[in-house]
Amino acid sequence: MPTTPLAAPVDLDGVLQRHQHNPTRLLQILIDAQDLAGWLPAPTLTHIAAALGIPRARVEGVAGFYSFLYTRPVGRYRVLFSDNITDRMLGNDGLMDALCRKLWVEPGKLSEDGLVSVATTSCTGLCDQGPAILVNGLAIGQLSHRRINEIAELIRQQRPLDLWPAEYFRVDDNIRRKDALLDLQMPPGDALRAAIARGRDGWLDEVRASRLRGRGGAGFATAVKWESARNAPGADKVIVCNADEGEPGTFKDRVLLNSYADLVFEGMTLAAWAIGASEGFLYLRGEYRYLRPQLEAALARRREAGLLGTAILGTPGFDFDIQIHLGAGAYVCGEESALIESLEGKRGTPRIRPPFPVVKGYLGRPTAVNNVETHAKTCLIALYGGEAFADTGTAQSTGTKLLSISGDCAAPGIYEYPFGVPITRILEDCGASDTQAVQVGGAAGICLANYEFHRHIAYEDVPTAGAFMVFDGTRDLFDVARAFVHFFAHESCGFCTPCRVGTSLLKGFMDKLADGHGARADLNDIEWLDRLLKNASHCGLGSAAPNPVIDTLQKFRPAYERRLVSLDFEPAFDLDAALAEARQLTARDDPGAHLKTHEEDAQ
Amino acid sequence: MTTPVPRKLRVATTSLAGCFGCHMSFLDIDEHLFELVELIEFDRSPLTDIKDVGPCDIGLIEGGVCNSENVHVLREFRRNCKTLIALGACAVTGGLPAQRNHLSLSECLREVYQFRPGVENGQIPNDPELPLPLDKVRPIHEVVRVDYFIPGCPPSGPAIWKFLTDLIAGRTPRLTGGLLHYD
Ligand SMILES: Cc1cc2nc3c(=O)[nH]c(=O)nc-3n(C[C@H](O)[C@H](O)[C@H](O)COP(=O)(O)O)c2cc1C
Ligand code: SF4
Ligand code: SF4
Ligand code: FES
Repeated sequence: MPTTPLAAPVDLDGVLQRHQHNPTRLLQILIDAQDLAGWLPAPTLTHIAAALGIPRARVEGVAGFYSFLYTRPVGRYRVLFSDNITDRMLGNDGLMDALCRKLWVEPGKLSEDGLVSVATTSCTGLCDQGPAILVNGLAIGQLSHRRINEIAELIRQQRPLDLWPAEYFRVDDNIRRKDALLDLQMPPGDALRAAIARGRDGWLDEVRASRLRGRGGAGFATAVKWESARNAPGADKVIVCNADEGEPGTFKDRVLLNSYADLVFEGMTLAAWAIGASEGFLYLRGEYRYLRPQLEAALARRREAGLLGTAILGTPGFDFDIQIHLGAGAYVCGEESALIESLEGKRGTPRIRPPFPVVKGYLGRPTAVNNVETHAKTCLIALYGGEAFADTGTAQSTGTKLLSISGDCAAPGIYEYPFGVPITRILEDCGASDTQAVQVGGAAGICLANYEFHRHIAYEDVPTAGAFMVFDGTRDLFDVARAFVHFFAHESCGFCTPCRVGTSLLKGFMDKLADGHGARADLNDIEWLDRLLKNASHCGLGSAAPNPVIDTLQKFRPAYERRLVSLDFEPAFDLDAALAEARQLTARDDPGAHLKTHEEDAQ
Repeated sequence: MTTPVPRKLRVATTSLAGCFGCHMSFLDIDEHLFELVELIEFDRSPLTDIKDVGPCDIGLIEGGVCNSENVHVLREFRRNCKTLIALGACAVTGGLPAQRNHLSLSECLREVYQFRPGVENGQIPNDPELPLPLDKVRPIHEVVRVDYFIPGCPPSGPAIWKFLTDLIAGRTPRLTGGLLHYD
């Protein structure tokens, strides 16, 4: 049941008590336990395993899975540079070098005095105000060399984070275009009242009439999902709001949670009303942890107003409450079955389906997982009816869509458009010029070249979970694809071989090209790997991992070909340089102590 | 009219940075060896005493690339073999010898030739007759183009037999089920 987040426990037993020694809360326990010392020393894991009565290997397995959990010492100040392509375009590598030099620390290592560690992390969702970092889990955007200098100084002085300038931690919404959802000013409870008045079946009919489709990427019909969950056997149904928002370039859920939290929670409650669920979870990505206090406050207000709890709005039998679970830096946990595993306190490994979550989800109970934006949108349907909702958009994509726009444009931020909006219009609105390509839908999405800018945002044309990254004529699309390949290799959960091995092989080939060892033969191998990943992966992460390469190879092939040093085969490394260390150790320099990298030269 | 007797395929094999386990596994095809020699003849191989590779149809490489001599031999195989096959984990990934990649070459050599208990005034060998070690052990496909890979440490005799008979019969080799393993 809801826990009070603000009174932080002072010791491990306090943490365990607060979570009722419940093994399904293992991930939450580890996150809180880490807050005590900054990392998770071995005795802590042993103690947790004993206290929960579960094998230590399970505790270690979970602690080892999430990138924000540390089983080795990290600095008292942990600085993580967001490493999305948009951060790279804004020069995050130069900033990271500068900070490391100032603090005498190497990237990825702990400083000798244990004061600071600096490393990179996947997109933190501040693409509209990057380059961004997380310091001990808290987001700071708009980095400049000046700000980096100041931060280095604060760390050197060991100034506690709560005494750092507050404006560092200010995260702007940057809402640039509002439509039905962002314009809505609804007193909390109005949508619920309308839905309750229609009855559970009547409310589900409205959702069906709206033809609402999921905003999390796959575009599944929301009414169908809700109906399956409602009809699945089992009385204890569960609503999950997916706020993992890990897709690089996506940050619209961040803005909804920051400024429209009541719409999101009301949407979850509307889903509970349709399905007959009594328990709800908001799965909040670790990167958005700074939002938690205000979200807990919103939940408390709603409980007080009778919008959560027992007999909601005086309706007998309508009992529902929401708790927040934190993620800890794992993109794959956005996949709904991995998310449920994570909610159960396990490693975020996608499940084998069927059974689908709507039948057997959280702890085997029927579970409806929806995206943050999907939940918020249902308020519009409750207020104005399903048909009115279906009036905007296109035949197969009703309503509006929030886009998170970043990259080479004058006004990055959030734009809400009715479905069907052409890419040209969006580019014009955000002040993009000389645009070479747009990556729609994040790393897993689709890369559009300028001859496709007449296409439309809609499930039937260019589907998207919301990311929209703009690249102008100065960008190299090979670098873009390579950054995304690195992302997938880093985020692969390692459960299935095609993806675990395939993403790292693909990364190896992209790096080979980048390092100046590319050959035509590598392009064949890349294309073979693309097919293998697409067809043999267990979940959507692996099957989407080759997308950026497939698209850019097709549309920006010269960016690859320019990097080829051979039309046939080229060794993966400089052979003669590989002998340098041995030459030095043996003080040899005879002809036999050298190798030619190219065989023709060798003959 | 006489139909020409089909020419026997020429096969060369070698062990680079490997343990000969893959060659032993090759010999594990037992009585199939008699069938095999009806279909092929060996060129350079530990099984013959031929020192240099001549033009061949098939080359089987055991082991990864750990020194300059491995590079020369591997290139000679690639130049001469129409089809080049990485046989076993070491050739495919670097395998066991690649464990040294976690250490620097100087750490390895100093430990063995200078600091090992019992060694006094030890020196890292520097005779020009000796090939120099590479800083890292590499899978063979990082040095030459490779046509096929047979995983396993070692691949089983039946897997090698299936692979070669497919190849000889003109079918694209395909290992499935129990024949395909990675350990
Ligand atoms: C690797 C991967 C990551 C995903 N990440 C997210 C995410 O961050 N947020 C999200 O809402 N859906 C994400 N999804 C999609 C979810 O699995 C699921 O389809 C979605 O949450 C359902 O909600 P919807 O029907 O409202 O779109 C992801 C899917 C995959 C395969
Ligand atoms: S495809 Fe990748 S992320 Fe998905 S289960 Fe397999 S290894 Fe894990
Ligand atoms: S793969 Fe195994 S059997 Fe073959 S050479 Fe390497 S270690 Fe020996
Ligand atoms: S992981 Fe050790 S044998 Fe498979």
